Amino acid sequence: MAGVLTVPAPRDRRAGRLARLLGTRIAASVVVLWAAVTAVFFLLRLMPGNTVDVLLARSQVSPQVRAQVIAAYRLDGSVGTQYLAYLGRVLTGDLGESYVLREPVATAIGQQLPDSLALLAATMVITVVASVVLAILGASRRPWVRSSFTAVESLASSVPPFWLGLLLLTVFSFTLHWFPAIGSGGLPGLVLPSIALAASAVAVVTRVLREGLLHALEEPFVVTARARGTGELAVRFRHVLRHALLPVTTILGWMAGSLIGGAVIVEIVFSRAGIGRLTLSAVQNRDMPVVTGVVLLAAVIFVVVNILVDVLNWIVDPRTRG
Amino acid sequence: MNADVPLLSVTGLEVSFASRRDTVRAVRGVSFEIGRGQIVAIVGESGSGKSVTARSLVGLAGDNASVRADTLTFDGADLREFSAARWRALRGSRIGFVLQDALGSLDPLRHIGSEIAEPLREHRTVPARSVPGEVLRLLAEVGVPEPDRRARQYSHELSGGLRQRALIASAIAAGPELLIADEPTTALDVTVQRHVLEVLRDRTRDGTAMLLISHDLAVVSELADHVYVMKDGRFVEDGPTRMVLDAPRHPYTRALLAAVPVPGVRALRRPERLAQAGTVLEAKELHKTYRLPGRARLTAADGVSFAVRAGETLGIVGESGSGKTTVGRMLMGLLEPDSGKVEVDGRPWTALRGAGRRAARRRIQMIYQDPLSSLDPRYTARQLLEEPLQVTRTPAAERRRRVAELLDYVGLSADLLGRRARELSGGQRQRLAIARALAGEPDVIVCDEPVSALDVSVQAQVLEVLNRVQARLGVAYVFISHHLGVIYQISDRVVVMNKGEVVESGDVEKVFTAPEHPYTKSLLAAVPRISPEAETIPG
Amino acid sequence: MTDTELAVPRPRRTTGGTAFWIGVAFLVLLAAAVVFPALFTRIDPNAADLLSTLRPPSAAHWLGTDQNGRDIFARIVYGARPSLVIGLGATVLALAGGIVLGTAAAQLGRAGDQVISRVLDVLLSVPGLLLVFLVVAVLGIGSANATIGLALVGLPGFARVVRAEVIRVRGAHYVEAALGLGWRRFTVIVRHLVPNAVGPIFALATVGLGSMIVASSSLSFVGLGPQPPTAEWGAMLSGSRDYLVLAWWPAVFPGLAITLAVLAFTVAGQHLQRRIDRRSR
Repeated sequence: MAGVLTVPAPRDRRAGRLARLLGTRIAASVVVLWAAVTAVFFLLRLMPGNTVDVLLARSQVSPQVRAQVIAAYRLDGSVGTQYLAYLGRVLTGDLGESYVLREPVATAIGQQLPDSLALLAATMVITVVASVVLAILGASRRPWVRSSFTAVESLASSVPPFWLGLLLLTVFSFTLHWFPAIGSGGLPGLVLPSIALAASAVAVVTRVLREGLLHALEEPFVVTARARGTGELAVRFRHVLRHALLPVTTILGWMAGSLIGGAVIVEIVFSRAGIGRLTLSAVQNRDMPVVTGVVLLAAVIFVVVNILVDVLNWIVDPRTRG
Repeated sequence: MNADVPLLSVTGLEVSFASRRDTVRAVRGVSFEIGRGQIVAIVGESGSGKSVTARSLVGLAGDNASVRADTLTFDGADLREFSAARWRALRGSRIGFVLQDALGSLDPLRHIGSEIAEPLREHRTVPARSVPGEVLRLLAEVGVPEPDRRARQYSHELSGGLRQRALIASAIAAGPELLIADEPTTALDVTVQRHVLEVLRDRTRDGTAMLLISHDLAVVSELADHVYVMKDGRFVEDGPTRMVLDAPRHPYTRALLAAVPVPGVRALRRPERLAQAGTVLEAKELHKTYRLPGRARLTAADGVSFAVRAGETLGIVGESGSGKTTVGRMLMGLLEPDSGKVEVDGRPWTALRGAGRRAARRRIQMIYQDPLSSLDPRYTARQLLEEPLQVTRTPAAERRRRVAELLDYVGLSADLLGRRARELSGGQRQRLAIARALAGEPDVIVCDEPVSALDVSVQAQVLEVLNRVQARLGVAYVFISHHLGVIYQISDRVVVMNKGEVVESGDVEKVFTAPEHPYTKSLLAAVPRISPEAETIPG
Repeated sequence: MTDTELAVPRPRRTTGGTAFWIGVAFLVLLAAAVVFPALFTRIDPNAADLLSTLRPPSAAHWLGTDQNGRDIFARIVYGARPSLVIGLGATVLALAGGIVLGTAAAQLGRAGDQVISRVLDVLLSVPGLLLVFLVVAVLGIGSANATIGLALVGLPGFARVVRAEVIRVRGAHYVEAALGLGWRRFTVIVRHLVPNAVGPIFALATVGLGSMIVASSSLSFVGLGPQPPTAEWGAMLSGSRDYLVLAWWPAVFPGLAITLAVLAFTVAGQHLQRRIDRRSR
């Protein structure tokens, strides 16, 4: 029945469609983030002890500071007042004060963020380059190529990133002394951690991209393109690659989440400065302002990445522009 | 160009596919010629090797295919010695190829215009700056309205007919001397099929030769000068089209011809109808409207009424989108009409609840176009046939007896009882589905396009099974199909639907020989026929 | 009437390939180590011997000793239980929650579907390990809380697959046909809907078990899982980190155990997925 119902889509209306897609996606994301903030607020109230102690992480402070906290979070008011006060603070970007670190949470995160972002950026570059190269090399139907790629991919995605980190340290830092063992130390210090973090992502993306290429190569439109006399390279770049990218876009969001989580662990393995160590010590000290601050920041990043993925999908696949 | 040698000459073509376990010989030594401006057709059922033959001619039989031939020449050049580069220069520019399934054969991520431009740019047929104009000219030539707008659309935004035309445009873009068309009209409604056939015929007027691959003898008879009949990788018969159709020599060709359901020719002997049969199922003023994304509405049924009498077959015929499937689902009580009602033995579905509704359900069974989807993949044939008997708590011994009986009705061997549906052939699956529908001794079976996915010879067998079962058990059918020939074979009375409305109904002979409504007339006129007077198609 | 059509040849029973059977064999060994660790070694995993610390692999200590002189092989064997139990528990919890929420989303109509989907979106918006961190920070450090946190991480994925499967199978013609035979709705659910929906979910859970084990060992590595002196693979690696310069074996073998366990679950799960795919196509 779909055949008779196709509605033409003139080009000038496409920009409007994109704007509408963005609008609905952003609105949905705002709802999700609001729900996340609300959940965090109630989690804090659920914790044993009263909320002042929770926020202070049981650190010793003067009565004045205590009074300040109560005033800032309206802890003397009703639940509704407290909730609105909390929401208001988060909305204005005020993530509160860490009484363990004795500095604002935003400052603490701000100091650690660049190191983490550098690690994430390096990991993304490695992931994209390595998986595209490997996928194109491995996109063959020959049984032995296929099974050896599958085997290596399964193995690489099974290795825990922190263990890979330890192995890399043992070999390249302590045995061969090629890379520094500890600390950030610029580009050389980034190499091992980003490899440790990227390995499983490369394995997963390579598999999806490679299977996507193989699948797309079997599509009838590829035969049609070849029947037009189109060369093999043009077939791959003009037709096949875009199709193989479609399944990759759907796992990008998932990958962003797993890389952010993995970065925390890898930073600890390599004793790097960054959000990971900040978060871990906050969890150990139950420094809730820092923990919730990091969680909310990560949620914002994740939500933004997913909107970008939707836009990317919109650009690559006209069928999603309904 | 050599005027005295045939355009394409093939002798002893063999194609086999090697896998790790075995080698499949898809084409086993075929020979044929195509002269300049000639239209040659290869006809065969699925798996006969006809598509592989076509693909071998452009060097695209597949990575794991091994192609051998004694001769394989195009315009005097030996294709067997072609390098990859020479193949590329040949494809698209001198041999155009139209694959079946236009939706999949046009890149869904690219504009129609870019797809048509691809061969033009690849072979530098026209200067780069005149490519856009040439694309529009080509679209207009194959009869695509508003070429300007269509060129900027994607294939999913076009209807099936326009898509097929666009695909043809891309195949003829560089002006090839030979056009190969593999099942060019298979998925299309009859009226659209007629238009596409006209486009193809127009192409050959200027001296382009054509190789037409089809399972449909009727389609072939309208276009081809010479026809080859293919079975199991070999040509069993060939000759000028009229000769092959009028005086087939090989039994397979004769069987194929006999199996083609043609309106006006009865292949099946219909059982006698009871004179005073009561109504078993009745549709009264059914209305159904679907809401579509983007505020559009689709009226699938608009005041549909008819009655089904005991032991008869009521055909419902219409093109895709006519609402015939929606009506079928409302008959089954699977879909609630917006207004109107369906009465089972005088009682509407809406009045039936609980045990009464379940009992009524058993009276009306359904078989689907794709039997695989309607058979639980985990069940064996025996379990599938016993299940309806378990509903009525039939004792085990009785169940075994009934299963044997059901197998006999539909002509299935008891050896197949241990198999799951996936392990059966298409025809066997549909017979199994029929047997299951019969198990509860229903009054009516609603058949939704039950033979549309089958080869003609299998189609004929399944129709024969349905016919015989009706004669033996007196079950009534509501037979839904887009295929006028099939409807004519099996139906006593017929309902013609268009855009949710019943435009005409009545006795099948009357409707088919003296249609009253213009839509029915146009539908019947569009059917390709194998008959002596069908020398050329109009236009 | 003769049947001129060729029957589809019966597909060969899939033997599954050697990788699958090696994986299954390893999983059986693991299960044995979880239930009866004493079958594999007589050495006490917690017996410290300060006279033989960081000894390389030898006949007495197959995989060497750690910084406290404890036998690494014994600790890996006894570590199977704490290392796998968190991931297993989290998967079971996530699966149970996912089945409840996914079925509810599929069956409760538009409004219910919307509400449940948004709740899942909120859970998904926090990257996996950070969500566990949050849960552990709120509830306190320990195995039970780590399990709860990981279950929350896995739940949305299962819920979505369950929802999609229920919708897919519910719309299948064979379910429709079974209703047409006159069964009660409940009977159709038990006979046709559940058995056909369960396969893909079970296969996904098996693959998911692998990533759960990676995540739980990561948590113990950073000290948020089982507490010392419990022999847990992630925690053993954490202890080895300070002695990397002196000895490689404490850093290698526990990690190998994790990797092999994860690999075995992944291979088995993917095999199940392929088999189910082939059956439903």
